[in-house]
Amino acid sequence: MDVIAMALPALNDAFAMILQPHVVGYLVLGVVMGLCIGVFPGLGGIAGLSLLLPFMFGMEPVSGLALMIGMVAVVPTSDTFASVLMGIPGSSASQATVLDGFPMAKKGQAARALSAAFASSLFGGLFGAAFLTVFILAARPIVLLFQTPELLMITIFGLSMVGILAGRVAIKGIVAACVGILVGTIGEGASSGALRMSTYNLPYLVDGLKLVIVGLGVFAIPEIIALLRQDKAISDRANLGGGWLVGVKDWWANRWLSMRCSLIGVIVGVIPGLGGSVVDWIAYGHTVQTAKDKTQFGSGDVRGVIGPESSNNAKEGGGLVPTLLFGIPGSGSMAIFISAVALLGTGSIEVGPSMLKNNLDFTYAIVWLLASANVVGTLICIAASGGIARLTNIRFALLAPFLFMIIAFAAFQSRQEIWDLVALFGIGLLGIFMRRFDWSRPAFLIGFVLSAPAERYTNQAYQIGASRFRRGFEEGLEYVFSPIVIILIVITLISVVVGLRQAKTIQAEGDVASGSKRAPLVFLLILSAYVGLTYWNAAIIPDFARMDRVFPVFVATIALIGCALLLVQMMRSPETSAIFADREAQEASSNTHALWPTLAWFAALLIASALVGFIFALAVFLLLFIRIRAGKSWAYAATYAAGGITFICAMAWTLNRDFPPGLLQNYVDLPWPLT
Amino acid sequence: MISKTKRLMASVAVLSAAMTGAPALADGHAIDLEGKTVEWIIPFSETGGSAKWANFYAPLLSEALPGNPTVVVTFMPGAGSTKGANFFQDVEYDDGTTIFGSSGSTQFPYLLSDPRVRYEYGDWNVVLASGTGGVAYLPADLAGQLGEGGDATALAGEDFIYGSQGATRLDLVPLLAWEMLGLQVEPVFGIEGRGDGRLMFERGEANIDYQTSSSYLSGVTPLVEAGTAVPWFAFGALDDAGNIVRDPTFPDMPSFKEVCDVTDGCETSGKQWDAWKAFFVAGFPAQKMVFLPAGAPDAAIATYTQAFEDVKARADFAEISTARLGVYPQLTGAAAQTALDSATVVPEASKAYVTGWLKDRYGVVLE
Repeated sequence: MDVIAMALPALNDAFAMILQPHVVGYLVLGVVMGLCIGVFPGLGGIAGLSLLLPFMFGMEPVSGLALMIGMVAVVPTSDTFASVLMGIPGSSASQATVLDGFPMAKKGQAARALSAAFASSLFGGLFGAAFLTVFILAARPIVLLFQTPELLMITIFGLSMVGILAGRVAIKGIVAACVGILVGTIGEGASSGALRMSTYNLPYLVDGLKLVIVGLGVFAIPEIIALLRQDKAISDRANLGGGWLVGVKDWWANRWLSMRCSLIGVIVGVIPGLGGSVVDWIAYGHTVQTAKDKTQFGSGDVRGVIGPESSNNAKEGGGLVPTLLFGIPGSGSMAIFISAVALLGTGSIEVGPSMLKNNLDFTYAIVWLLASANVVGTLICIAASGGIARLTNIRFALLAPFLFMIIAFAAFQSRQEIWDLVALFGIGLLGIFMRRFDWSRPAFLIGFVLSAPAERYTNQAYQIGASRFRRGFEEGLEYVFSPIVIILIVITLISVVVGLRQAKTIQAEGDVASGSKRAPLVFLLILSAYVGLTYWNAAIIPDFARMDRVFPVFVATIALIGCALLLVQMMRSPETSAIFADREAQEASSNTHALWPTLAWFAALLIASALVGFIFALAVFLLLFIRIRAGKSWAYAATYAAGGITFICAMAWTLNRDFPPGLLQNYVDLPWPLT
Repeated sequence: MISKTKRLMASVAVLSAAMTGAPALADGHAIDLEGKTVEWIIPFSETGGSAKWANFYAPLLSEALPGNPTVVVTFMPGAGSTKGANFFQDVEYDDGTTIFGSSGSTQFPYLLSDPRVRYEYGDWNVVLASGTGGVAYLPADLAGQLGEGGDATALAGEDFIYGSQGATRLDLVPLLAWEMLGLQVEPVFGIEGRGDGRLMFERGEANIDYQTSSSYLSGVTPLVEAGTAVPWFAFGALDDAGNIVRDPTFPDMPSFKEVCDVTDGCETSGKQWDAWKAFFVAGFPAQKMVFLPAGAPDAAIATYTQAFEDVKARADFAEISTARLGVYPQLTGAAAQTALDSATVVPEASKAYVTGWLKDRYGVVLE
């Protein structure tokens, strides 16, 4: 009763704060800015919030909060556009949306997929806020129950989703996930700082690869190249009339699914340390496991959109708990949010343990500003979705250079080095071949995302557990096998068993015909060689840094066993077996362009950027691509190139970003944006 | 924006500044930054303590600089901040629109001769040095075993777990302190920030922790009020003679020196103590500094120095800075230079001791 007596007046105050005309105005302004930034893949809330920071100083707290929350809240809503329409994961929150959203767009159902996604987002956002209003008061002790072993089990549970997304040949999926994990271990080990697959001579690799590059490389580049080779529009059918209304009805038909996934989103979001990167995969896995008819997943089942989208907005609300209650940011944008709050007003709001006691009204204001931002953002997005969905009818050769420009710019934001583009190209190449030979790209990405937490929590749980066991056997057992851990183990086991039984019917990336034996075999051998190299590289880490050795060696061993099994299977299977899946054979008739010449365009852009800088290279690339590949007139190509350059410069200028310089810039001083 | 413009320009500027006589500010020779954008490079991500510090100062600096330029904080994380520092080393003074914010984590690799360091503090021009302190705290049951004045002798048999960011970072100072006090501490490496260390403490997994002053004030004070954490000692502060005295922000807490004095086996003299003190001085009393690049003319240095002095002289500075920075000296001018000197020079013997200790205890070899 005490709790309610405390909460109700605060809630009342919070609504009084929010429902002022100027606060609503700032909220809408923030939402519109957030939508503009979120539409571009790879530019999440961090870019937007840094943009707002200079204005925060001394601003009235509620107005400032409204502006910032409006911006942060809608990024996971608006990045759905890129996921569904282009197959580009806009941010880590919408990776799983790509799996079914993009096939729907290809089938001409873009508007339906978008509006189903937005309706789910809206529901997820509101559900998250409502849940938090009650839960936030009791959250602190519950969150503290999640110690390192629990965090490790959640990570493993996330990894178990690989079982569902593994594809027709389960071992291939497992190896793909292992390779993803190994790519995630590149760089300085978290525990002892030992170098893995990197050297100080190439500082870029020491810090490891960033998610934005791997996500764009694995999903976006292969799709762009594949579409370019077919030289038509994304959607091969006419738009279905009234699509967006169908999407909302789809959501209503699956409202219970949406609710379950929202709950998953809030719960995983609440736990500090995991962030949102797994939420959408877990939600997708749950969606698939609980669906009766699973045959359409991966080729455009609307439930595959509703599940992840419900969870990723609910997660934003959940993520506020560690941020507000513990002062520990759940994500990069939340970290900036914390420092921005301190700039507001007189700095009297202090995010952290005292927040609930001293600023409960502000806490509620934040929660419900988030919900209101979701409403405003979703309404704008639904209104826009019909129009934006027409993008899928544009001939892709005209869209691709523009997309490539955006992706390259987004990748460059990762570390602002030319190596960002090299890494994007390299991972893109891997993605292209994984797509071709039907190796599960979602499994690879899950492995990559969970690589760092899996290793960190394994090492930490081992260290702390060992210390507990030294104190007493029972104390150790109690620590390692808490009730929560046991429940999570059971859930994980069920999920793996059910997942593996169903995996054969779920083709997360559609059906793939088999071709000749040679090409798939060569790719397998190359992957095995990389895994072998990683194994060797990790194995030579000396004893004092063994904490950095154990994990990659363990994962590489599993991957090597998997590769060996696959080799044996390949030797014994006929050419028609699923193990020899080769998209090249399947798409031979629809491809009008070969792979290598198409890739050469982008390789040329990369090399030219390294020589003369990004902007010069881009201008020439756009001009020539539109003229030669798309076959338009010189005048058309020149207009296109000028438009593209203007656009990207305007964006970089607004966000205060630079472009990759080339060798030329070492010798000649050029004005921005050519620097 | 950053442009490595002509050496000629810079040398002309240096020459003219030299001819007109140095502290030219009063004569109206301050550089005017009207309509310009000052880029403040922070070699860390948007999420760290340095970001907080720079975001606090940026709008104030903008108001105080002549011409009220826009001050933009640019984050350049990588390689434990050495990437951004190496970048700044290559920046040549142009028009005073590029400044750099370093931190203890930039100082330590420099002091330990990390192979990635290609920067030289001696080349840069310091215009502000911000200090901080640190507080060590324990769970209530363990704090109950402490003797008079924080005597740790009774804790010698305890198994301690400490969440650490890495032995070569600022954590070197507390890790060495635990060792000197005879505690058996197992550092759990791989946490991403001190906030995560505090969370580990709150979850009951770690049973010893430290936080820098501002994080202690906002994050641990509520725990102390709730009775789950008890402060043990503050590292301390330096007096004018260079002695370690009680931290002015926490006058009721003993300094590390006092605790060491009363604990069996802990010496406040000798090689180990000197090494601890040298690295403490490098990491805390001058933890964060603002620099102009090599070759900056005196007029520019004077302009920035004046601007930071104006910020400090604001009527509301005490009020707005206490919560964000704690009650620590924000040094400018000659005081900043002295702080820089003491933060970037450690005696050879102390360096040798710490490198040896890192190698024996953690197997860290810096070469």
